[in-house]
Amino acid sequence: MNTLVWVEHDNNEMKDATLSVVTAAAKLGDVHLLVAGAGCAGVADQAAKIAGVGKVHLADDAALEHALAENVAPLIAGLMASHDAVLFPATTTGKNIAPRVAALLDVMQISDILSVEGGKTFTRPIYAGNAIATVESSDPKLVITVRGTAFDKAAAEGGSAAVEAIGGASDAGTSSFVSAEIAESERPELTSAKVIVSGGRALKDAETFEATITPLADKLGAGIGASRAAVDAGYVPNDYQVGQTGKIVAPEVYIAIGISGAIQHLAGMKDSKTIIAINKDEDAPIFQVADIGLVADLFKAVPELTEKL
Amino acid sequence: MKILVPVKRVIDYNVKPRVKADGTGVDLANVKMSMNPFDEIAVEEAIRIKEAGKAEEIIAVSVGPAKAQETLRTALAMGADRAILVESDDEVEPLAVAKILKAIADEEQPQLIMLGKQSISDDSNQTGQMLAALMDRPQGTFANTIEVDGDSVTVKREVDGGLETVKLSLPAIVTTDLRLNEPRYASLPNIMKAKKKPLDTKTPGDYGVDTAPRLTTTNVAEPPVRQAGEKVEDVDALVAKIKALGIA
Repeated sequence: MNTLVWVEHDNNEMKDATLSVVTAAAKLGDVHLLVAGAGCAGVADQAAKIAGVGKVHLADDAALEHALAENVAPLIAGLMASHDAVLFPATTTGKNIAPRVAALLDVMQISDILSVEGGKTFTRPIYAGNAIATVESSDPKLVITVRGTAFDKAAAEGGSAAVEAIGGASDAGTSSFVSAEIAESERPELTSAKVIVSGGRALKDAETFEATITPLADKLGAGIGASRAAVDAGYVPNDYQVGQTGKIVAPEVYIAIGISGAIQHLAGMKDSKTIIAINKDEDAPIFQVADIGLVADLFKAVPELTEKL
Repeated sequence: MKILVPVKRVIDYNVKPRVKADGTGVDLANVKMSMNPFDEIAVEEAIRIKEAGKAEEIIAVSVGPAKAQETLRTALAMGADRAILVESDDEVEPLAVAKILKAIADEEQPQLIMLGKQSISDDSNQTGQMLAALMDRPQGTFANTIEVDGDSVTVKREVDGGLETVKLSLPAIVTTDLRLNEPRYASLPNIMKAKKKPLDTKTPGDYGVDTAPRLTTTNVAEPPVRQAGEKVEDVDALVAKIKALGIA
């Protein structure tokens, strides 16, 4: 089987999410990559070094600069004449493009896979991860999004695939990119951080969140996450949200502070290796999944913890 | 202009789903069902656009069992003008739902179609994008802010790194994220009025759509259960545990 992996990148650098998708694709067959963007030849060279990759298709065109689904999806659908499966990371950009490709091919997408059980059989979470479904496709082509935390990352070095430039891109002319507000941070990205410190509604306001959570995260070199309640209340921006509809994370250590543990939040972090919870309510559901719990007033406990570490 | 708002009847947000012992699915018998929360946000946004004088009519549509009528009545009570139920007792996959919605859009010619980014039942996150592809129209997924202006709509999208703004020419498909708005509660008088608003019932066959599933679910299982660990007495004990993990 020939598989095609859509490479996530910002035209300068490949995103790590791609590496887990390569691992999933390799379980199905030969792995080809697609780097679609503008001025993205460097990304293709980087992608060609991923271990186990057979070929890199490079589509370099102004219409592909911002990964608009209207322009990228027809290009991918065209490449599916010579591929049996296409895989995307289940990131916001992957989730934006993949179903558009599936509809163009008249196939049902398989979203957010956790494992490859056979050539057409996969497991995937439903109901915020409260159930795991095993699904088998009867479609001639597979369109798949991959949950990054469920697959090991392929080695970023060691391969030497050929890069082949392809054409066929065009601007559908119905959508245009206006602007992006992307936070620049020295902090590790949530989806690849080894340690995450996450705060909930109990943090009161943006200033208190910053004053309480940030020093602890700095001390541990951790990424910072938040519950939906904290994001909705405006303590932190949307890209901090961990949960069913936010980011799915699985760090070595997840420290939940003032987070009660709604099922929608647990859906985003319960695969973390070690979960630590600090909450003043000893009956909070978060303690049912926490490996280490401390029942305490976070405004006393967290500064003390930060100081003593 | 007209706005089409597809809504789905799902298990209520506050109910913890239980997997059936025989592995065939999730137990929905005697479980509280509600409108998918993301779809509720879509209905609310459509109403706000109409209230701002930028739309004349809001049509709610649902593909599902007869009881999805209740979900449509909720949409009507919030402020939608009329509703279409495409009745099917079988689970209809996103691709088939998108095909039905395309057929309805061909008839109704809405300028804007707004729906939730995903349902909280199957978590697929596909229908809006698929509909956009079938209609060959632009899509604004995961909307945080929507601005309709003449023959275009500007959508600020929630993306992994922050926010991204795109401009789409109408007709367009927009899928809603959590922070677009806070949906209103329907008032009792509006709930009464909604009972008299028109609700058409159709079948997938009326639109010539084959809803035979492409995916077969062979098993549904509980996820691995995490065991609760231990509670420590104080911060000093926690510090010792964290140091033992080797991260500090």
